[in-house]
Amino acid sequence: MSRLLGVYAAAVYAFLHLPLIILGVFSFNASRFTVWEGFSLRWYRAALENPQLLEACWNSLLVAAAATLLATALGTLCAYGLWKRRSAPIEAGLYVSLVTPEVVMGISLLAFYQWLFRYFDVRLGMHTVVLAHVTFCLAYVVLVVLARLRTLEPALEEAAMDLGATEWQAFRRVTLPLAGPGIAAAALLCFALSFDDYVITSLVAGVDSETLPMVIYAMARRGVSPVVNAVSTAIVFGLGVFILLAERLRRA
Amino acid sequence: MSRLRSWFLAPAGLWIAFFVAAPLGVVAAYSLLTRGTYGGLSEPWTLENYLRLADPLYLKILARSFWIAGLTTLLCLILGFPLALFLARSGERKHLYLALVILPFWTSYLVRTYAWMFLLRDTGLVNTLLIEAGWLERPLALLYNDGAVILGLVHGHLPYMVLPLFATLERLDRSLVEAAGDLGAPPRETFFRVVVPLARPGIAAGSLLVFIPCLGAFLTPDLLGGGKTVMIGNLIQNQFTAARDWPFGAAASLALMVLVMLMLGLLLRRGGERFL
Repeated sequence: MSRLLGVYAAAVYAFLHLPLIILGVFSFNASRFTVWEGFSLRWYRAALENPQLLEACWNSLLVAAAATLLATALGTLCAYGLWKRRSAPIEAGLYVSLVTPEVVMGISLLAFYQWLFRYFDVRLGMHTVVLAHVTFCLAYVVLVVLARLRTLEPALEEAAMDLGATEWQAFRRVTLPLAGPGIAAAALLCFALSFDDYVITSLVAGVDSETLPMVIYAMARRGVSPVVNAVSTAIVFGLGVFILLAERLRRA
Repeated sequence: MSRLRSWFLAPAGLWIAFFVAAPLGVVAAYSLLTRGTYGGLSEPWTLENYLRLADPLYLKILARSFWIAGLTTLLCLILGFPLALFLARSGERKHLYLALVILPFWTSYLVRTYAWMFLLRDTGLVNTLLIEAGWLERPLALLYNDGAVILGLVHGHLPYMVLPLFATLERLDRSLVEAAGDLGAPPRETFFRVVVPLARPGIAAGSLLVFIPCLGAFLTPDLLGGGKTVMIGNLIQNQFTAARDWPFGAAASLALMVLVMLMLGLLLRRGGERFL
């Protein structure tokens, strides 16, 4: 019975991971067809020589960095507040943002921006993308940080305050450091979510704020291309290295 | 204490009010307006857009979305339950196996969807291998149909099923399973009459966590369905881009939101645990 379970589990793991592994292997294929002709980096070179891809990648990094910074700060404060005492309206808002389909969140932000633009002289661009990304990342940050806070002992803060710390000091010097790993994990998740988003971004982006997923999407809709294989593999690899490094830093 | 606490909650609260609640309010207002001559918005206020949703054409799209999301959920359950059971019993190496389930969260959903395009297209790996092996004369149309969409959705959402299932199965009292065996129940019977009923909160949570995002899916049906498999998410996106009928798109969005909120209510009541 348990051996059968092991075989089944192995098959499901293969289903989960093989498609990406195969894609990665073929991104090094010298041929543009699905026949192995030898190892080559030509598609990576082609990707690096594509100015549109490079600019989109830079945009994506900027957006992800800004959104991560803002969402992690807001979300951490919110999680701390909710840890102290629950708040029904805020929890309801977070749940709604978690389950809102991406398309609906995208068009509602687009409609909202268009409505605001009647009164303010701004346009769609990097800033509207960042605001949208913070919005869909926020609930994930609260979720992850709150889970970490729930493992902490509330009495620690009380002890700090008994010893003369103010509320702010107790938060800043006791709870925040203890919640550190959770906050770091939340920030990483934000970065990965933001860097990957296509649906919401494509709806609220302007002409000068094309992100990497938008370029890949446009290329993929035209059909499979070896350059997309290479860029895709680079993204997965890049995110992987990023996560591993962050994990190392956190443990060091 | 309470004064400082409200300062902690205020920024996120304002953000939600401004970027979640207000935009949905704008959409609600748009859904009651009329489409202007050039795709803009104009008066009069009307319920026309909601009435149009009852058109058989759109009901069919809704039914199709339910069918695809439902089948995806069922397949995730079938694939995920044994995996969760395996995880719950894997002892020391649990962390490694669990990490392998969570790993896809850290890789790009877009890239994973694209990987299926690479595998399934006419000249993709699956067809190439089958033809070289002599099992096929000409390529099978594996891509751009409902099957491809469901495959992509299952692949993308399996972890949402496995994690809550694992959480309940791990806490499951092993002695109950042993007792059933001691009392003479064959493994099959034990599984369906003891393990499955005890895992019900996990099944409910996992199923809803898969079903909710799949119902409103856009990216997977667009890329793997090739524009043929239209789900409600594609319909909404189309109204706001190509068709430029914002009021109707807004009405469809609100209808989808109502469905999703109903399921969220179910999730919070039946899921066994809260997430926040």
